[in-house]
Amino acid sequence: MTMQTVGRPTRPEDVQPLDTGFASLTGGRGLLQDEALIFERDGWGKTGVDLPAADATADDLGDLVRKSPIGLPGLSEPEAMRHYVRLSQKNHAIDLALYPLGSCTMKHNPRLNEKMARLAGFADLHPMAPLPTIQGALTLMDRLSHWLKTLTGMPAVALSPKAGAHGELCGLLAIRAAHEAKGDPRRRVLVPTSAHGTNPATAAFVGYSVTEIAQTDDGRVDLADLEAKLGPDVAAIMVTNPNTCGLFERDIIEIARLTHAAGAYFYCDGANFNAIVGRVRPGDLGVDAMHINLHKTFSTPHGGGGPGAGPVVLSEALAPFAPAPWVVHGHEGLTLVEETVEEAAQAFGRMSAFHGQMGMFVRAYAYMRSHGADGLRQVAEDAVLNANYIKARLSGVMTPAFPEGPCMHEALFDDSWLEGTGVTTLDFAKAMIDEGFHPMTMYFPLVVHGAMLIEPTETESKQELDRFCEALIALAQAAKAGDVDRFKGAPYLAPMRRLDETLAARKPRLIWKPEAGVAPAPLAAE
Amino acid sequence: MRYLPLTPDDRAQMLGVIGAASIDDLFADVPAAARKSEPFDLPHHAGELEVERELSALAGLNRAAGAGPFFCGAGAYRHHVPATVDHIIQRSEFLTSYTPYQPEIAQGTLQVLFEFQTQVAALTGLDVANASMYDGSTACAEAVMMARRVTRRKRAVLSGGLHPHYAATTQTIAHAEGMDIVRQTVAIDAEAAVIEAIDSETACVVVQTPNVFGVATDVTKIAEAAHAAGALLIVVTTEAISYGLLKSPGEMGADIAVAEGQSIGNALNFGGPYIGLFTCKEKLVRQMPGRLCGETVDADGRRGFVLTLSTREQHIRRDKATSNICTNSGLCALAFTVHLSLLGETGLRQLAAINHAKARRLAAALGAIPGVEVLTKRYFNEIAIRLPGNATQMVEALLEDGIVAGVPFSRLDPAAGLDDVLLCAATETTLDEDIDAFAQALSRRIG
Repeated sequence: MTMQTVGRPTRPEDVQPLDTGFASLTGGRGLLQDEALIFERDGWGKTGVDLPAADATADDLGDLVRKSPIGLPGLSEPEAMRHYVRLSQKNHAIDLALYPLGSCTMKHNPRLNEKMARLAGFADLHPMAPLPTIQGALTLMDRLSHWLKTLTGMPAVALSPKAGAHGELCGLLAIRAAHEAKGDPRRRVLVPTSAHGTNPATAAFVGYSVTEIAQTDDGRVDLADLEAKLGPDVAAIMVTNPNTCGLFERDIIEIARLTHAAGAYFYCDGANFNAIVGRVRPGDLGVDAMHINLHKTFSTPHGGGGPGAGPVVLSEALAPFAPAPWVVHGHEGLTLVEETVEEAAQAFGRMSAFHGQMGMFVRAYAYMRSHGADGLRQVAEDAVLNANYIKARLSGVMTPAFPEGPCMHEALFDDSWLEGTGVTTLDFAKAMIDEGFHPMTMYFPLVVHGAMLIEPTETESKQELDRFCEALIALAQAAKAGDVDRFKGAPYLAPMRRLDETLAARKPRLIWKPEAGVAPAPLAAE
Repeated sequence: MRYLPLTPDDRAQMLGVIGAASIDDLFADVPAAARKSEPFDLPHHAGELEVERELSALAGLNRAAGAGPFFCGAGAYRHHVPATVDHIIQRSEFLTSYTPYQPEIAQGTLQVLFEFQTQVAALTGLDVANASMYDGSTACAEAVMMARRVTRRKRAVLSGGLHPHYAATTQTIAHAEGMDIVRQTVAIDAEAAVIEAIDSETACVVVQTPNVFGVATDVTKIAEAAHAAGALLIVVTTEAISYGLLKSPGEMGADIAVAEGQSIGNALNFGGPYIGLFTCKEKLVRQMPGRLCGETVDADGRRGFVLTLSTREQHIRRDKATSNICTNSGLCALAFTVHLSLLGETGLRQLAAINHAKARRLAAALGAIPGVEVLTKRYFNEIAIRLPGNATQMVEALLEDGIVAGVPFSRLDPAAGLDDVLLCAATETTLDEDIDAFAQALSRRIG
C-alpha cells in the first residue's frame, strides 16, 4: 500500500522528539494564539454596529424599563472577525480531515446547499406569513416529503421534529396516541442494550418504563429474549437498523412480525439510514415509525452541535396521529393544517412553535436532487464499502468486535488488542488527534468493551482512507511496542493538552465572572 | 457524481482487499425480500445548475419579508444581521464540526459556547445558561418538566398570555410525562389571573413577557406568590431584543427563564432553525436539560473548556436523564454570540430603543384610524389591534395593496374567539414609509 508522504512524518521512527524545550517569549503559539474571552478584553461600552438614533423615549414603560447594566462587552467589526476566526482555528472539521465519529455520519457538506438555504425566498420568510406568500416553501416541503416517503416506503411523514431525539419523541407520542385511541394504554418500551442513550431517555420522557433486550454474540437483537419480553403491556420496541454495532439486523422482518403479533409498534431509529438509503426501504421491513436525521444521511451541516432536523416517517396505522402542522393540497394551492381541529382531530399535538427546520429542509432537498435516486444508492454502497475497507485493513492490528461477515456503514472494534499495553481506548483516541484525525466514537455502544466505532462515510477518497489506516496501524504498533507515553500524554500537538473533565464537573464554572479563572492563561500567569 | 470520490477502479481494489466479490456481498445480511435491485422512482442526479434553477424557482414563489411593508411577529422577528455573522458561521471549522466530544480539538466551539452561556445569563439576569435548545417553544416545555423534577409536583399553570403554540408544545410533551397542565383563558391581560391559580400542588407558573399580544408585564408579584406556594416561576420571552430595554426575568424573580433567541443573529428561515435560550438559578443547575459548557484546565495547567455535568444527560443516564436532547442549535448559538458581541451592551440598548420607537410610531398610526383599537398599552415592539371585522380577511385584502399586515390571532388559536385581533410588530427594519403605507391602506379598507 502506498501513501502520500510528502511533508509529514508518517512512520514512528521519523517522528521528531515531542519536547524541543523551545518556548516563545510571549507565550505565543504560532498560528494558534491564546484567545481571551470577550469579557476579558475591556470592551465594555464598545459596539461594532452603527445604528441610527432612536426618535422616541421609553417613558410609557415606566418601571418596566431595565435600570441596571446588562454586563455585555462589545467588539468592533475587525476585533470580532479576528476573535472568532482565531477561535475557529482551534476546531477540527470535516473540511480538514476524516471525522470518523461512529453513528454521527460526518460527511461532506456541499456549499450549494448553503447557498440555496440563503436565498431570500427561504431565509427571509416568516413562518406565519400569509399562505399566498409562502407557496414555494410549502411546495419544497411537499417535494421533500415525497422523497422521504419514497426512499423509506412509508405513507406519511411528520416534518416538524427538530433533531433525531425530537423525532424519537414524535414517533413515540404517535405510538402512545394510537394505543390510547384503542383504549389500550401500554406502559413499557423494549430497547436493545446497544441502543443510543436517546432511545431509553425518550421512552422515559413519554412516560414509559424501559426494558432492555439482550444481544446475541453476533451483535444482533436476541429474538428469544425479545419474544420473552413482549407482552400485553409493551407499547413499542425501539430498534436501530443498521444497529449501533454497524450491523444489519438479519431477523428484522421477524422482529417486526413478533412485535406486531404482540400488539406493539416498531419504532426504528433511523440514525444509520445512510447505510441503506436507495437500497432498502424501512417500510418493507415492517417499521411503523422512523426518524431521519437530515444532518446525517442528507448532509445538512452539523454546525458544532446542531441545528439538525428529524422528520419522522409513519405507517398507515400511525399516520392519523401525526402532529400539526402539515401541508395539504387545496383548491387554491398548498395550505397548512396548523391546528388540532377537524382535519386533525386525532393529531397528538404539536412538537414546536412552527413548521420544523425549514433551513435544513432546503439543504437536504438540494442534496437529494443533486444525488438523485441513482446517486443515493451509490451513497449507501460507498459508505458501506469504505467501512468494510477500514475494517479489513485494520483487522490485522486491532480486534473487530464482530469479525464474521460484513459490517454496514461503520466498523466496530473492541479494546482486547490493547490488553497489557497500558493504553486505553481513550489514550488511543487522543493519540489519533496528534496524527491529525478526529477520534472515532469511543466507549459506545456500551455492549462492547472499550468500543471504538469508526464511520468514514462515502465522501472519503481511497487516498484519505489509506492515510487514516496507515496512521492507525502505526499507532497500534507503537502501543504494542510499549511506547506508552505517546498515548498517556496525548494529545501533544493539539491546541490544548488533555483537559481535566473531572475538575470541570466537580467545581462547575459555567459562565465567566469577573473573578473567574481556575488558572489564568499563560501570558497572564507569567 | 460530484460528491463521491471513489472511482470504479478504487471500488474494485477495495473489494479485493475486503475479499468480497461484489458490493452486493456487503449487503448479504439484508433479507432478500427487502433488497431493491433498481433505483427508486425518483429523478436521477442533477448538476449544480439544475438544482439551483429548481430551488431558485421555488424561492421565487415566496414573498420575502424584505420585499415590502411587513409587520409579522408572533414569535419570529425580522431583524438586520451584520454580514460578519454569516461569514463566521460559514467558516468550515464551525460549520462542519460536531458536538465537541473531543475538547482538545474543539476549543473554538467550546469557547464560543462559554461566551454564549455568559451572554445569555447576563441578558436574562439569571445565574447559569445551557448551550441552547431547539427553540423557544421546546425550551418552554423542557422548563416545565424541569420544574416537576425540582418540586416533585405535577401541576403547571400556563398563563393565557403565553404564545398558543408554546402552550400546545408544552401540553403535548408535558402531558405525556404525566403532568397536569392548566392553560388559563386567553386574554390580553391574562397575567392578572395567574396568581389566584397557584396552589400548593403547583410545580410552576409559566408567564410570557412581552406576552403573545405584546404586553410587557412586571412579574415580580407573580414570583412572590409562586415562591410563597413553593412553586417556580418560569418566564418566557419570544423577542430577545426586548432584553435590551426591559427588566430581565431574573430581576423580577424568575427561577427559570426561557426564550426564543432567533432575533439575535438568526434569519426568519420560515420557522427554523431557531435557538432556544435556557437559564436558571444556580441551585437548580443539576436538573437542567441539555449540554453545558464549563471551564477547566489542561495537563499543562492552561485554561480550556469542556462539556460538563453530563451525568444529567441521555448518553450517560439513559432513561434517568433530565432530557432526551442530544443535538441542539450549536451554529445558531454561534450566530447569536457573534451578533451580540458586535452589538455589545451599547448596541443592544440602542437597537431595543429603535424597535420600541418604531412600535410606538406604528401604534400611533394605526390607533388614529377610526374603528381600529390598539389593545396593547405597554409593549416592546409588537402590538395587538382590534379591527372592525375579521383579521384574516383584512390581511388577505391588504396583501393586494402589497402590505403584509401581521399575524391574525386566530391563526395561532382559532378557538380563542379573537377573530378580529391582529398582531403587528415593528423592528429596526421597518421604514416609516412602511408604517404610513400600512395605515393608509388599512384606513382605506375600513373606510
